[in-house]
Amino acid sequence: MNRSSKIFRYVSRRLIQGIPIILAIVVLNFFLLNLAEGDAVDVLAGEAGSATPEYMEEMRKKFGLDKPLPVQLAVYLKNVIQLDLGYSFRHDMQVTELIIDRFWPTLILMVSTILLAVGFGILLGLFAAINLNTWKDSVVSVFALITYATPLFWVGLMMIILFSIKNDWFPTSGMENSAMFYEGFERVKDIAHHLVLPTITLSLFYLALYTRMMRASMLEQYGQDYVITARAKGVTERRITFVHVLRNALLPVVTMAGVQVGALIGGSVIVESVFAWPGLGMLAFESLFARDLNLLLGIFLLSSALVVAVNLVVDVIYCFLDPRIEVN
Amino acid sequence: MADFWKRFSRNHQAVLGLLILCCVIFLAAIANIIYPGDPFLYSKFPLSPPGENGFLLGSDSIGRDVASGIAHGAKTSLLIGLIATLAAVFIGVIFGAFAGYYGGIVDDILMRVTEVFQTIPSFIFAILLVAIMKPSIESVVIAITVVSWPAVARLVRGEFLALKNREFVQACHTLGMGDVRIMLAEILPNCLSPIIVIGSLMVATAILIESGLAFLGLGDPNVMSWGFIISDGRSMLRVAWWICTFPGIAILITVLAINLVGEGLNDALNPRLRERK
Repeated sequence: MNRSSKIFRYVSRRLIQGIPIILAIVVLNFFLLNLAEGDAVDVLAGEAGSATPEYMEEMRKKFGLDKPLPVQLAVYLKNVIQLDLGYSFRHDMQVTELIIDRFWPTLILMVSTILLAVGFGILLGLFAAINLNTWKDSVVSVFALITYATPLFWVGLMMIILFSIKNDWFPTSGMENSAMFYEGFERVKDIAHHLVLPTITLSLFYLALYTRMMRASMLEQYGQDYVITARAKGVTERRITFVHVLRNALLPVVTMAGVQVGALIGGSVIVESVFAWPGLGMLAFESLFARDLNLLLGIFLLSSALVVAVNLVVDVIYCFLDPRIEVN
Repeated sequence: MADFWKRFSRNHQAVLGLLILCCVIFLAAIANIIYPGDPFLYSKFPLSPPGENGFLLGSDSIGRDVASGIAHGAKTSLLIGLIATLAAVFIGVIFGAFAGYYGGIVDDILMRVTEVFQTIPSFIFAILLVAIMKPSIESVVIAITVVSWPAVARLVRGEFLALKNREFVQACHTLGMGDVRIMLAEILPNCLSPIIVIGSLMVATAILIESGLAFLGLGDPNVMSWGFIISDGRSMLRVAWWICTFPGIAILITVLAINLVGEGLNDALNPRLRERK
């Protein structure tokens, strides 16, 4: 069998493996919904406060709350599969619609964060590994240690104090200056300007992670036999580092970028609520205050599904990057 | 023990971390002596800058002493970190031990469950759990426990898998020892080192999660914590930078110290790993 069809089979098998996980998360979601005070409809509507009794009755029927628990679960599953996650009274919108609406700002923030964190992490790790055990290496290590221990929200607030309040360089909150009605390129520039502080804040933690990993990965590769071979051939140290070792050291960092997506979503809740970035994290923060539990459950479900999907994509990319990986 | 201490103290960063950690523990212990009374008590000097009106680190929008809040918050953070970690290690060890020791279908089922919990974005899960259970010390501890145990389970499973076929375990079987006794009395003591290391690092993570939850308004409203002070001082950022700054430094220093101690423990407890480096 040739490689591409092998990969295709591998991907479809991984897809099938992902289904039980998603299913388990949906079931978990259902039980959490039941754990909350009152029945599901109270959570769906009552906590938002403005539902009419007729609507609540209709909802009870729709969710089959007069039926036994397994039936309720089946109904819930059916609704989720149809992407019906209920209604948010606070926002007067379908939860699914609301989540999709707020997904884009989060995606922008996450992509720019990953690019920044992975990019600089690789550079810093490489820099530390080349200057191993010198003061440069120590500076990078101390930097990584400190950023690894700093709470994200605090970094965000300090950024605001330094770069928005003391020096009026960047806006404190929001995604764009909607009062200006920018269009086209001007709008992109405006969004980018708002994006700077949230991205740096969210990047810092992961930057520390990737820096440490890149450094360790480089050191591990330096100890491999092929490096000795290259040296024996008379390849320059420079070429060994940048052509041979670097390429191999990058692999684990790429995987890690995927594994960390779950944590990144958690971090974006914090960062978005610090900078009032109008994404999913901010929506989660708002739903906490509105006690809109069903919306929170929807966000939770979607972010879990996102993690499963990203892990799958990373696995597939990894197959292409490293031909040594057996897909069987 | 002396040998362990010698190896530990060879790592200067770890010793520094331990020193800082002892200071934080000391601060938490004497919080009631140096700042007696309720840290929520307000005074008639709101928004005093550090050093004025007798406030070492300033006061917040209703005149609460930031330094007193930090001292009392130290107790909260350390206790929550410790209890949540102990609970997570307990659950993780049970899952990992059974999965690794029995293998087969038991392993399959337990590891599938672990996998689901590992896939779920942990911080959002913690938020959700606290929101459903209503914010309190207990619900925060439960939430942190629920999101932290899978890592322990994976680690312990690996250790049990590696150890269960070793000669000393086979000898126990021949002696007719029960499974539970072999697991608890024979295998578990042999994998304590990695558990201690991961546990110490988990305390740091737990403190970070707790402060994040408190920042989002999900802390216990009756218990002073570092995250609470910061979340409360947020709206005063423009006029009173000190309210948010000092508790954040407290979190940073504590978490850093625990991480350093954790790495020191790793070096001291796995001497072979250290020599390989």
